[in-house]
Amino acid sequence: MNIHEYQAKTLFEKYGVPVPKGAAAKTAEEFATALASLPEGPTMVKSQIHAGGRGKGTFIDGYKGGVKFCKTKADAFEIAGKMLGNTLVTIQTGPAGRKVQTVYFTVASDIKKEYYLAVLLDRASSRPVIVASTEGGVEIEKVAHETPEKITKVLIDPAYGVADFQLRQLIAALELTGNEAKNAAKLIKNLYTMFWETDAAMVEVNPLITTPTGDVLALDAKVSFDSNALYRHPEIVALRDLNEEDPKEIEASKYDLAYIALDGNIACLVNGAGLAMSTMDIIKHYGGNPANFLDVGGGASKEKVIAAFKIILGDANVKGIFVNIFGGIMDCNVIAEGIVEAVKEVGLKLPLVVRLEGNNVAKGKETLANSGLALVSGDTMADAAQKMVKLVA
Amino acid sequence: MSILITPQTKILVQGITGAFGAKHAQLSLDYGTQLVAGVTPGKGGQFFEHAGHKVPIFNSVHEAAAITGATVSVIFVPPPFAGDAILECVDAGLDLAVCITEGIPIKDMVRVKRAITGKKTRLIGPNCPGLVTPGTGDRSNGGCRIGIAPGYIHRKGHVGVVSRSGTLTYEAVFQITSKGLGQSTSVGIGGDPVNGTSHLDVIKLFNEDPDTKGIILIGEIGGSAEVEAARWIKANCTKPVAGFIAGATAPAGRRMGHAGAIVGGAEDTAAAKIAVFQECGIEVAATPTDMADALLRAAAKKGVSLA
Repeated sequence: MNIHEYQAKTLFEKYGVPVPKGAAAKTAEEFATALASLPEGPTMVKSQIHAGGRGKGTFIDGYKGGVKFCKTKADAFEIAGKMLGNTLVTIQTGPAGRKVQTVYFTVASDIKKEYYLAVLLDRASSRPVIVASTEGGVEIEKVAHETPEKITKVLIDPAYGVADFQLRQLIAALELTGNEAKNAAKLIKNLYTMFWETDAAMVEVNPLITTPTGDVLALDAKVSFDSNALYRHPEIVALRDLNEEDPKEIEASKYDLAYIALDGNIACLVNGAGLAMSTMDIIKHYGGNPANFLDVGGGASKEKVIAAFKIILGDANVKGIFVNIFGGIMDCNVIAEGIVEAVKEVGLKLPLVVRLEGNNVAKGKETLANSGLALVSGDTMADAAQKMVKLVA
Repeated sequence: MSILITPQTKILVQGITGAFGAKHAQLSLDYGTQLVAGVTPGKGGQFFEHAGHKVPIFNSVHEAAAITGATVSVIFVPPPFAGDAILECVDAGLDLAVCITEGIPIKDMVRVKRAITGKKTRLIGPNCPGLVTPGTGDRSNGGCRIGIAPGYIHRKGHVGVVSRSGTLTYEAVFQITSKGLGQSTSVGIGGDPVNGTSHLDVIKLFNEDPDTKGIILIGEIGGSAEVEAARWIKANCTKPVAGFIAGATAPAGRRMGHAGAIVGGAEDTAAAKIAVFQECGIEVAATPTDMADALLRAAAKKGVSLA
């Protein structure tokens, strides 16, 4: 689960990670109050959406830049009015862009130098890793590719947390000394504590900055959380912004279905993430285009299958439906009954190809055959995928 | 032979009284697996009864293992308690803990992994379908079925299957069986980013197992475990190996159902993994339907019979 920058920075402050003073506003009426809480002088206005590349983004009305420097608070007030309610397109949002529903005002800090800092999971070692670089404010992927020696990774032992010698390693890698070193060490330690205590999946600060007065501040904040651990963090669940999520994905999550919308026209209903991914792959392999990823998971009830069908059909691009089930946990007959009921309930007019295999498959196939539905059966994934692609062509 | 488990292996079930654990305990008993104990704290002394079987339930793994001689546990307990259940197996000194539970917080697994390093107990999973060593009976009955895989699609034979994904494991197993061949053991290692046993760990076991003549390695986008396994295979494995990678069409940066299936960076795409497979002499299956055929091609190239 992702949160906005302004929410992340509130968490940062709570954990003792210094950030520039800021205030968020959700309506134009709130601009004045938000700005009143900041000192006079240079102010940043930042569009709050769950996507990167905001600064270089363009609004659909042609206005350029989702993050702006303003010399005065009065300018900031005016610029915020251009952003709020407008739709921002960045390299990460796709062409449809994302509507800006919150703007964030912050004091514009004097920057001495920019750095990069992140905490995330290192899969190879199964440990948290702190990543630091002297190259901040730029795309870290580019740094990793072109000058990997400028990135330092320190693995953290989960039993002990960040050790002092590791902080010294990181500070040395960032080439900091004196007060800056002391402040950065404290910041890194606190950032790790936040990562660990909140069950974060990733905490990224790009850039982390030093100021001419020796302060070290998190100028930006990107934080995501492990969705498996949300049950023990109601305070974080409260930060979820449904405006940032696809309505179909929200509906799917109510039924515990893993759904991700894509831009093709063949809808997929599959059990198991690996099989769901390779169902998309095989559609593409035979020249089709998947409309979604949908994993109904194990132990899917009839209600789940019906919900899945409704979500799939909510996508206007869909021209055909491909059901691919290999039942290990799942009883194929439950799926079959779900399909029959769902098709009857939604009055399906699109071509439907079903490939069933596994647990209780004979009964499942019988249920489908006796349903009177105009569906096409596939024996293997390849067979079914080819039939599906032909039907929507 | 087989790897990790044999038809004689005695297993216990943690969470046998939950609906999910109970259902799969029944299926394992039907398959002929030596399921000798259940563990549910507070329900010790009761019995799990099914089709003439009367399986004793214990309060702890220690007790269950000591009294019944079980050496392997399969874990079905809910996510908040699953990490603890794994640690209990390790403390009881079992050979193997197989954790089926899906949705365990990553932090819990980071802690568990740290705690079990260097210990005797091997962990498979979590978020995995478990493993099957087929038996010699009708539709492979009499084998050892640990977890949630359909037992009947197996057939005793000589192909080792290892995969992160449950349903793709079943696809591979089913194709092998449909071709009149069989499996030594099929292993689902699970889709979570932090798990107990890697592709490479299982590949090494298959390589050492004289009864395994060919291997199917199924991977996904996310992480570098498949690449690591492929490089080892190139240097050390003489047996024919076929590989498949799911997720060629997955959009970057999106989580596809389970945590393991997320695209990280340029090195972490399906295309990059497939290229490494080819470079390492692994026969790549173009589609999931092609997995058994790919292995047959690999075997033919090496002049190896899989029968």
